Amino acid sequence: MSADTETSQEARNVALFVTCLVDLNRPSVAFAAIKLLEQAGCTIMVPEAQTCCGQIAYNSGDRESTKVIATQVIRAFKDFDYVVAPSGSCAGMIKHHYPELFKDDPTMMVEVEELSNRTFELVSFLTDICGFSPDGVSLDKSLTYHDSCSSLREMKVKDQPRQLLGAVDGLEIREAADREVCCGFGGTFCLKYSEISGEMVDNKVNNLLATKADILAAGDMGCLMNIAGRLKRRGEDMKVLHVAEVLAGMGDGPGLAEGEN
Amino acid sequence: MQVTSRHFKKEAHDALQDAKVQEAFSKVKTGFSVARAERVSELPEFEDLRDSARDLKNHIIEHLDFYLEYFEDQVLLQGGQVHWCSTYAEAREAILKICRDADAKTVTKGKSMITEEMALNDFLAANDIEPIETDLGEYIIQLAEEYPSHIIAPALHKTKDQVTELFHEHHQKYGLNERQTDPQALVNEARSVLREKYVAADVGITGANFMIAETGSTVIVTNEGNGDLTQSLPKTHIAVSSVEKVVPTLEDASTFLRLLARSATGQEMSVYTTFSTGPRRRDDIDGPAAFHVVIVDSGRTELLGTDKQDLLRCLKCGACMNHCPVYQAVGGHTYGWVYPGPIGAALNPQMVGLEEARHLPNATSFCGRCEEVCPVRIPLPKIMRHWREEAFEKQIAPKPERWGVGLWAFFAKRPALYRLATRVGAMTLKALAGKKGRLSKLPLATGWTSVRDLPAPQGSTFMDQWKKQQKRGQN
Repeated sequence: MSADTETSQEARNVALFVTCLVDLNRPSVAFAAIKLLEQAGCTIMVPEAQTCCGQIAYNSGDRESTKVIATQVIRAFKDFDYVVAPSGSCAGMIKHHYPELFKDDPTMMVEVEELSNRTFELVSFLTDICGFSPDGVSLDKSLTYHDSCSSLREMKVKDQPRQLLGAVDGLEIREAADREVCCGFGGTFCLKYSEISGEMVDNKVNNLLATKADILAAGDMGCLMNIAGRLKRRGEDMKVLHVAEVLAGMGDGPGLAEGEN
Repeated sequence: MQVTSRHFKKEAHDALQDAKVQEAFSKVKTGFSVARAERVSELPEFEDLRDSARDLKNHIIEHLDFYLEYFEDQVLLQGGQVHWCSTYAEAREAILKICRDADAKTVTKGKSMITEEMALNDFLAANDIEPIETDLGEYIIQLAEEYPSHIIAPALHKTKDQVTELFHEHHQKYGLNERQTDPQALVNEARSVLREKYVAADVGITGANFMIAETGSTVIVTNEGNGDLTQSLPKTHIAVSSVEKVVPTLEDASTFLRLLARSATGQEMSVYTTFSTGPRRRDDIDGPAAFHVVIVDSGRTELLGTDKQDLLRCLKCGACMNHCPVYQAVGGHTYGWVYPGPIGAALNPQMVGLEEARHLPNATSFCGRCEEVCPVRIPLPKIMRHWREEAFEKQIAPKPERWGVGLWAFFAKRPALYRLATRVGAMTLKALAGKKGRLSKLPLATGWTSVRDLPAPQGSTFMDQWKKQQKRGQN
């Protein structure tokens, strides 16, 4: 397997893990991801038997359902050099939590660890594995980047998106205060404890608005839907986009929760 | 103390409406967390130190029986006594007996979480022995008849004005009739009251951050020096601790001490680090005539060999709550028992029962900051998840929640059906949202829409669009 940082001559064979939220809510993110991966010299496949990484069941304590869903993912993504997801959360689930899930099952563990080794979050895959940098993309706006907890802590994604966004012509990056603090999404947490989640997203939104940036970008749909939803509820017009959309030159399109202009 | 964890949601609601709670708990963000980050940045080996501390704790936990017996032998050699207690009730009785044997009327107390666990103060008072907390924060909440809202800053939830009123109410009997509003004046007033108490006390009770096996010493860390006066002035010193606090050597204790204050308050060391080894010897100029160590289990050893064993590494530094956005939002008392924040969410289900505490390991976004700052690298989110698994298996989780997950999992396990369901779902939501691109109300999704709009799907699912595109490409 070629989970290394060398640039190989042959095209990298990448399977896109679409993620359930991108599939359902914002397909443009997956198209942006494909565009970027192709620009970076990858060949893209989208395995059809994928639904979700299983995190909802996993974090709800339903280990058995999680195992069934995880096994489905392991099978569907068997024959590719790399598995790439436009989400730190879903990539983190496959990379770090599948091995935890199957730790008592030595027959599965070989496959699980092998999958774990070749699974990546999109932006860090583009920088760390492909050595990619956007070329000829311009956007005359200011942008603040939100670190999702899974990207930041599980997938160690911090400098990579800033590095790529920094290569977009005309784009000014503005850092928000408390940027390592959670936005309050947390999967089912935001539904079950909506008041606490509401307080957290309000704090986050206050910090983001203080930057007076035109755009908020992040690498995880969960955070983006949460933050965009709260911004709109408060009547704010900060535009919310997935970082892949900005990097793929789609920064002028409508943001989350905006309709079709 | 009364456990109120089952009312977490209601308590959280009230705390979020309470401006005083909001102000008090936002302080940990700018105080302790910032100071910790500064200390960490000054110590290049900090991360290595955390690894060593984790490994050392794991070693101790694996050999707990050995080190505890070793410790007992050394305490006996030094002329002290050890009392083994499996339950809070046993511990309370043991402490009461020591107090009775000493003819105790009043007892001074240094800060101790284990005595909070067993609600020792109420028990002593009910047995006509007056307990007096000497840590300023503990003293304040004792006057207010409350319990700690933070494990190292117990009165964090109290404002200065509230302290002024409390002191005014309770100190007039000492002839202190003036209302003090200056913080230093308040400290001085408490100090003057407590000085008398130290001298009058028959027994001094402290906790123990560490029990050192090779020397039979107990160790406390404080910033006020109250612990020293509590344990060295009365004739009898009782150190109350729990089984996992034993460490093999002095050298090992220093590993933890280097981490403890840095993680907790952002100090290099606490102001006082006090070692107690046995009762006063013939040549000593002071110290207690009797030295007792009460070692409590109360469910801790039940964690051995389980997927929650790592909890036994805890140093009780409070770093997890200092960095927790949920704790900052709802405050300490919302958790409904002695330990708030992430450590409470992971530990309390063991101590008070999962059914009672089921909300705690659920009320977290799994952001992972707690684990990131824990000096002994306790995987707190993972342990909270294990509690969720147990709640799911035992059907403690509420039915709608389990059904919701079940329904979702049913589709997620069947890609073809899932495609169909998401196709319908995406189109329906888009149609409902109309041109606005978002929904402000949605049946069955009030948890979402009570706080925020729901961004509507763009249209067909990605998988449908991709398939179409691929087909077009082939033609």
